[in-house]
Amino acid sequence: MRSSGRLSGPAFTVVVVLAIALATALSAAAAEIPVGVNAELTGSIPVVGQSCVNAARMAVDEVNQGGGLLVGGQRYTIRLFVEDNEDKAQSAVAAAQKLYSQNSVIAMIGPNASRNAVPAADIAESERAPMITPWSTNPNTTKNKSYVFRAAFTDDFQGRVVASFARQQFKAQRAAVLYDVASEYNKGIAEVFRKSFTDLGGQVVAFETYTTGDKDFLSQLTKIRAARPEVLFLPNYYSEVPLQVQQAHLVGLNIPIIGSDSWGFPDLIKLGGADMEGLMYTTHYAPDIATPAAQAFIKRYEARYGSVPDDVAALTYDSFQLLFMALQKAGKVDRQAVRDALASIERYDGVTGTMQFRGTGDPIKSAVVIQIKDGQFKYFATATP
Amino acid sequence: MSYLLQQAINALQLGSVYALIALGYSMVYGVLRLINFAHGDIFMVGAFLGFFAAAVMKWPFVVTLLFSMVATAALGVTIERVAYRPLRAAPRVSAVITALGVGLFLEHFTLATVGAQPRQIPRMIPLRFYPLPGDIGFSSTQAVIFGIAIVLMLALDLFVNHTLTGTAMRAISWDMRHLPLMGVPVNRIIALTFAIGSGLAAAGGILVGLAYPIIDPYMGILVGWKAFVAAVVGGIGSVRGAMIGGYILAATEVFVAAFLPSTYRDFVAFSLLLLLLVFRPTGLLGRAWAQKV
Repeated sequence: MRSSGRLSGPAFTVVVVLAIALATALSAAAAEIPVGVNAELTGSIPVVGQSCVNAARMAVDEVNQGGGLLVGGQRYTIRLFVEDNEDKAQSAVAAAQKLYSQNSVIAMIGPNASRNAVPAADIAESERAPMITPWSTNPNTTKNKSYVFRAAFTDDFQGRVVASFARQQFKAQRAAVLYDVASEYNKGIAEVFRKSFTDLGGQVVAFETYTTGDKDFLSQLTKIRAARPEVLFLPNYYSEVPLQVQQAHLVGLNIPIIGSDSWGFPDLIKLGGADMEGLMYTTHYAPDIATPAAQAFIKRYEARYGSVPDDVAALTYDSFQLLFMALQKAGKVDRQAVRDALASIERYDGVTGTMQFRGTGDPIKSAVVIQIKDGQFKYFATATP
Repeated sequence: MSYLLQQAINALQLGSVYALIALGYSMVYGVLRLINFAHGDIFMVGAFLGFFAAAVMKWPFVVTLLFSMVATAALGVTIERVAYRPLRAAPRVSAVITALGVGLFLEHFTLATVGAQPRQIPRMIPLRFYPLPGDIGFSSTQAVIFGIAIVLMLALDLFVNHTLTGTAMRAISWDMRHLPLMGVPVNRIIALTFAIGSGLAAAGGILVGLAYPIIDPYMGILVGWKAFVAAVVGGIGSVRGAMIGGYILAATEVFVAAFLPSTYRDFVAFSLLLLLLVFRPTGLLGRAWAQKV
């Protein structure tokens, strides 16, 4: 509204009233809401960018074909602007600048990888415009920012979820952890788990480490066994977990073993075989998840693109639904109002679960627990911290 | 006490692998004064050949072991002929750099042909668990690994110290230049040294496949470095030293992790080994080599 400063007060009011009357009188298609997508379409993870854009187009088409989005008594169609950030920090920043200033988007969805999302978040912040990253889990993406939101949970959050799941599901009093001390992701989750498990009244009786590339874990696992834990947490990558599980069974550790979202690749089962049977890990979403809304989304996505939507697609779809919800709640197409509405979302039931934002950009949501059953990843439960 | 014994069994498993690979370093160094930095990658190729034999051809364990050892021995001889022999008269540093190059070549050749994703070696011998008194025990794979390693090492020790060819090997390490005058076929003996060293590395690769059945093209780097350290600690150039060094390194690693926070494992283990070298610079069984100036 700053640009209308040239008009005097009464004249301005008349113009606005006329404009609103005209817009309402005309068809809904007359008004558009521009939304940006900042995705990794080329570079090292093109699959991520493609999933993101697929889900974005689907979300937007659904709204437009349903007659548009009703905001403040008026129907708007959504116009999508897609920018490729080449999976590079500089390009992600340039794409964000272009979307916000040239395309005047109301909000930007993306980037997905934290290495791109963190610098792009600074642009959103300085433009005072909302950004929702579907997939970035690094705490720094939203840290000390008021316009940046995410649909995924954070690495900190996941550590807490696993701890409370271990306490509730297995009634475990004593837990053990074996993690890669040379990797930031593994180390971060392991430490949050230790703190949360202790806060929940449990005891971490063994907290053992190794370094990337190790293949022999017998010494640590023998030590863990001697500490008599009731559950073992392995927040490690899918290429190492099978060896750790096999060796755990070898030293006679026949207790529940749980993991984190770094387990979620088919190779885990291929490499681990029968030893992996029955084990569980937490992640963002399960394709066979039980909620009807999620199943409907998966069916529509499969029908349109011929593949089961991955984590990124599901989280992007949820990001769009969050934005639409915030627009309706704000009642006007205004960046600040949308930001405030996003921050105050009480409850949103998405494909990847129920989420809410209590003033921060990190959603309070549940994670899903996947169990390996008959050599396949199967939805087991929904876990909350 | 039983905890101590269980950790000792773990150390025997890890030490057998280190010792077998350390032998290859030691033999080549003993004969040629060359630190063959490609040795860890030769071990990796041995493991992949084992994967091919066991998973693709579905050969039984003994055939897999023999096939991998023979094929890798041939690879070792080829590498010596192509990459090291032309440099035998060149300054020693050239050969060491070539060895690094050969190692990178093997890694990336495997990466390009087989792919980066880890592979699983199928279980070649049935997994059984033999309990011992005191809530401890050992597995069939641990028994096989230890047994094969000991048999191979004793055979090598006998060969080097009690046969004519073994004597020739030791003679080359004393004086390569004048040995042909005594009628010793130096090139053939050196080729044989590479064949035996590489074959033992392949055996190590197969045993690793038994114990840790997930293999990848970069698996040789870390194990190679550790086996090299084991060879140096034992006294590089000495066959018995390499065996002792392998078991000492494994025992240090395992027991540090067993009684201290495992984060300190490599730090404490290698500090102890450095300390040992301060007092015995040539390693436990190494000889000091006088350099004529």
